[in-house]
Amino acid sequence: MQEASEVPAVRMQQLRKSYHRGNQEVPVLNGIDLVIEAGAFVALVGPSGSGKSTLLNLIAGLDQPSGGDLEVFGQELSVLSEGALARWRASHVGFIFQFYNLLPVLNALENVELPLLLTGLSRRERREHALAALSMVGLSDRLTHYPSQLSGGQQQRVAIARAVVTDPLLLVADEPTGDLDRASAEEVLAMLEELNEALGKTIIMVTHDNRAAQRARRRIHLDKGELREGADGV
Amino acid sequence: MYLPRLILRNALRHRLRTGLTVLGLAIAVLAFGLLRTVVDAWYAGADAASATHLVTRNAISLVFPLPLTHRERIRRVAGVRKVSYSNWFGGVYITERNFFPRFAVDAGTYLDLYPDYLLPAAERKAFLLDRRGAVVGRKLAQTYGWRLGQSIPLRGTIYPGSWEFVLRGIYDGRQPNTDEGIFLFHWDYLNETLRRNAPRRADQVGVFVLDLMHAEDAARVSGEIDALFKSSLAETLTETEKAFQLGFVSMIDTIVLAVQVVSLMVVVIVLFVMANTMGMAAGERLPEYATLKALGFRPGFLALLVLGESVLIALLGGLAGTALTLPAAAAFSAQTGTLFHGFAVSHTTMVLQLLIALGVGVLAGLPPCLRAARISIIAGLASLN
Repeated sequence: MQEASEVPAVRMQQLRKSYHRGNQEVPVLNGIDLVIEAGAFVALVGPSGSGKSTLLNLIAGLDQPSGGDLEVFGQELSVLSEGALARWRASHVGFIFQFYNLLPVLNALENVELPLLLTGLSRRERREHALAALSMVGLSDRLTHYPSQLSGGQQQRVAIARAVVTDPLLLVADEPTGDLDRASAEEVLAMLEELNEALGKTIIMVTHDNRAAQRARRRIHLDKGELREGADGV
Repeated sequence: MYLPRLILRNALRHRLRTGLTVLGLAIAVLAFGLLRTVVDAWYAGADAASATHLVTRNAISLVFPLPLTHRERIRRVAGVRKVSYSNWFGGVYITERNFFPRFAVDAGTYLDLYPDYLLPAAERKAFLLDRRGAVVGRKLAQTYGWRLGQSIPLRGTIYPGSWEFVLRGIYDGRQPNTDEGIFLFHWDYLNETLRRNAPRRADQVGVFVLDLMHAEDAARVSGEIDALFKSSLAETLTETEKAFQLGFVSMIDTIVLAVQVVSLMVVVIVLFVMANTMGMAAGERLPEYATLKALGFRPGFLALLVLGESVLIALLGGLAGTALTLPAAAAFSAQTGTLFHGFAVSHTTMVLQLLIALGVGVLAGLPPCLRAARISIIAGLASLN
């Protein structure tokens, strides 16, 4: 956590991203300047096509910017090779997806254990870490259940356990409540709040859900690839 | 252990699809093995040929005989240890369907030339003493349920008439590829009958079989024998026994080639089936591959995941097909009777079957493996929405 306290979680200057559709260049992010402090709980909001998921992907190291500077916990991501970026993601970022993205052939415990295969932990240590993470999300009694045997809310809790099991500094969540009923969504949001407040995890969440956005401590509005004037609410 | 476990579970994810693919592979590998064994069986006679044996036949064609008088001149050629001779008898046993080779042979010398025909001394003696005696291979005797002392009638075709033989001996093959489907009887019996009924055809032999003192003399002896009868009424062509046997195979080499092509086509077809299975599997799992990549797994891990599954399915099919080949070959051999001798699945064939399965697994797995390894995380995750 020392690293998190010394540098901002995210710092970007004139960040741009565009895609090519045939010969045509389609701009998605048009020169974003933004700083997100370590330990923040941020909601990225805005209409569909505003560029919020693209911004989240760039911050998480899933994609490379077309221009500008982007540092995440002091690391300039654009200088990393594909392999180095994969290693950086494995150790620094936990992912929470809208559709949970659990492997259907692995049970809850094995799914949570998955990211630990990329660490130097022994099999026993991996199991202990995975058990602790599942205990934290209240699923100690569902260890051997497969995703198809779990409800949506339970699957998302397994996904949260998988995201935190490597103890990353940053959690990125893309519509984490988008596929959940209201009660399950509330559980997930409470869990994210606890991770942020109790463990100091920096959380960046993309959401369409206004209620979910209100649970974040900071909301960043994007529209047509730009930060909306005066809309960076704190 | 995590990766193999993941591979196994992925392979079993769609059990029906995987099961059908394994079944298809097993049948293809089985078909390849059986067809290759058929081809091997065509060549079995040539493979079993002795290196010290030469065969002398009429230079014009095998259908023309040679006079028996050639024997003495051939025997005097330096390097020749022993000379025997035989005639292809043809004939029919009950119906045309009951095909097996029947030879009239110079009994005493012929058996000496083929020590791989293991005949008990008492049966050999009984055969030599009985002008109408016959000796057959164990497989042939079993096929028709013949017992020693039994009378065996043949209807002549090349040599017309009714011919009656008494079974005096049953030989076993010393080697696995020794032909146990041959019917041998006394050339003297044939010749005496011809002297009575068709004197112009008497004292003629189909081929002389020579045993050399040294295999390396084959070329010289062949040349000298053929030179002896140059410009005679019955010029000779002498060749090694193997070349002689291969001459028969060459008569049907188009069929053999067709069999080989069909066996390869079966493999190519199953390759496409397997590639289709793996392509569908990988296509369905693109979001999972993208998720694994997002979590930090490298393309090599994903490649192994896909390739491992493809190879696992292919090897399961290959092992099943190879294991089924042995009983299938035994059943095929039983159905075809004495048509093929030495119809045995070779170790080479079994190794080839497994290698083909492995090759199909690798080739079918390569395109989806590359697709998984190269997938863009963003595109892969987006395909879930």
